[in-house]
Amino acid sequence: MNEQAQAAQGRPPGDISQMSYAGPVVAFDQVYKIYGKGESEVRALDGVSFQINAGDFVAVMGPSGSGKSTCMNIIGCLDAPTAGRYLFKGVNVSDLSRDQRALLRRHFLGFVFQGFNLLARTTALENLELPLIYRRIDKKTRREMAMEALRVVGLSGRENHTPAELSGGQQQRVAIARAIVTQPSLLLADEPTGNLDSARSHEIMELLSKLNHDNGLTVVLVTHEEAIAAFARRRIEFRDGKILRETNTKRAG
Amino acid sequence: MLGNTLLMALREIRRNVLRSSLTVLGIIIGVAAVIVIVTLGAGTTKQVQAEIGKMGSNMLVLSPGGERRMGGAATTAPPFDLADLVAVRREVNALSNAAPVNMRPMQVIIGNENRRVNIMGTDSDFSAVRSWKVVEGRLFTPSEVRSGKAVCIIGSTIKNEMFAGQNPINASLRIGKVNCTVIGVLESKGQAMFGGDQDETIAVPIRMFQRRLTGNTRVDSIYISARGENEMDDAKAEVEKLMKERRKTGEEGQPDFNVRDMKEVSNMVQSTTGVLTGFLSAIAAVSLLVGGIGIMNIMLVSVTERTREIGIRLAIGALEKEVMMQFLIEAAMLSAFGGLVGISLGLLGAAALAPVLNVPFTLQLSTVLTAFAFSALVGVVFGFMPARRAAQLDPIEALRHE
Ligand SMILES: Nc1ncnc2c1ncn2[C@@H]1O[C@H](COP(=O)(O)OP(=O)(O)OP(=O)(O)O)[C@@H](O)[C@H]1O
Ligand SMILES: [Mg+2]
Repeated sequence: MNEQAQAAQGRPPGDISQMSYAGPVVAFDQVYKIYGKGESEVRALDGVSFQINAGDFVAVMGPSGSGKSTCMNIIGCLDAPTAGRYLFKGVNVSDLSRDQRALLRRHFLGFVFQGFNLLARTTALENLELPLIYRRIDKKTRREMAMEALRVVGLSGRENHTPAELSGGQQQRVAIARAIVTQPSLLLADEPTGNLDSARSHEIMELLSKLNHDNGLTVVLVTHEEAIAAFARRRIEFRDGKILRETNTKRAG
Repeated sequence: MLGNTLLMALREIRRNVLRSSLTVLGIIIGVAAVIVIVTLGAGTTKQVQAEIGKMGSNMLVLSPGGERRMGGAATTAPPFDLADLVAVRREVNALSNAAPVNMRPMQVIIGNENRRVNIMGTDSDFSAVRSWKVVEGRLFTPSEVRSGKAVCIIGSTIKNEMFAGQNPINASLRIGKVNCTVIGVLESKGQAMFGGDQDETIAVPIRMFQRRLTGNTRVDSIYISARGENEMDDAKAEVEKLMKERRKTGEEGQPDFNVRDMKEVSNMVQSTTGVLTGFLSAIAAVSLLVGGIGIMNIMLVSVTERTREIGIRLAIGALEKEVMMQFLIEAAMLSAFGGLVGISLGLLGAAALAPVLNVPFTLQLSTVLTAFAFSALVGVVFGFMPARRAAQLDPIEALRHE
């Protein structure tokens, strides 16, 4: 760990939006997440350590119930570990308040949820504007950023469509656009292609690869499918809350 | 940010127009009730004040008894007599007119008509003192007053109802056992401020009242009008000084009479209407409470329905207070909207009721603004709990909802 890391370690900065750090974006150090007590205790994460660097493209794999979503929720600062240490950009997330974690999400994280999770009866454009509103970005800039994100995901001209008026693949692309519109440091996607056919899944993965390659966006995604995981450069496999193996599938560059 | 929150709230309300309308029904009714009550109450107050002004804001009432009470009859203080009236007329410089007034309800018979009517024993000056004109016939002549002749001047209700609107002049009626000739009809005054019909009155010469109706020589009260409003205090002081002398109270002694001006009467009326307004306002408060609970209920439903939306907002970085604000504003908007409808309905209702109740319609901006602010406040107070529940949702749970 370098000096900067030690300086920042465990100490939340005054203004979270100005946080910068040269070390790994995500650093898990013996992280446990335990649900329940005694007999009914479930170790969703059982002493997990790994790091994710800026620009990585990681696929998280493993059978159902192995702790993938739990791990993603912790990476995404939606949840805190029961024990162990999680440093996001060198900051110990366990030391942060609920609102400080919200600010981390607001400024550095983008989420693509499995069920799309767009606001119903709200146009694509408005869905994209939502995270920008919380970032206090003025209306004009907001509009421009949202239109640009829609263009990136190939949905120009659909800005006034509501989710009900879009196909599943289009909805998922709106969800990706919403996750990247704020130009986050880290994109988290929990089974982003879960309910799409293979052609649509392929489209989505190409889009994510492109964002990773062109913009240097760090991507972590959960998937069951080998074909999807093949797009990633690294693979972390879980079994029973533990890391079974880590492999590099493609050489960077 | 605030602008966006307002827009979002507005859209959410519009999305469920019917539900929103039903929810705020309690608020609408409560606010409408308050507006009707307060508007009509203000009209009544204004009317009473106008009436008092018409009666002569420079009128004083001298009556026996030390306590300051209305209609202070049951008192041990000795009554006045006609000598007191003469003295007042002669001694009080700031005076313009003075008239004796003895009142007593008595049975009056005209042909087949028979009813209890307020009989007023007085003299011709009462017309000037109370600014009460004779519109048909004439006032008492000095000789009729002196001799106590059995003549009378009737109120317009007596003419309209007991004489069936026929010309009553020179007709005869019976007060108790005394036959009396009608010589005049008084102008209509309408409802008195304490209810009761002022026009259901018959005026007779004071001496006739004393000798033939009550069999005594007392004068129950003396109505005095000062020369002008500025002479009120002088007139009052002079009357007090004179009566202390005549009743041998002494400079420092407690007077066994009182001199009241109409300002005090008006205050008394206002405190009476105040009690009434307070009572009705309590009813309105209850309906606002019920309305507030309705809002709380619908906001709780809304929070449950929109759990996923809240989860998304929290996940993309909304702060607790931002989610809270969103729901609070929505609740406040909902109830303020109810308030606006209630105010409109209330004003319409008051405008429709005013002519029926014979009360002037007075629009009070302060009332409208207070009602509006209060209805918004109801939303904030009752929206607080649901809003806090929304803000404290766990984003993971919320996203997984349903
Ligand atoms: N809130 C919770 N309360 C109790 N147990 C939980 C909770 N969340 C997860 N678990 C348990 O933790 C373990 C890991 O769950 P997790 O959701 O991380 O699995 P997953 O790898 O995402 O599975 P899937 O592929 O089915 O989504 C499971 O055994 C699950 O039952
Ligand atoms: Mg999962």
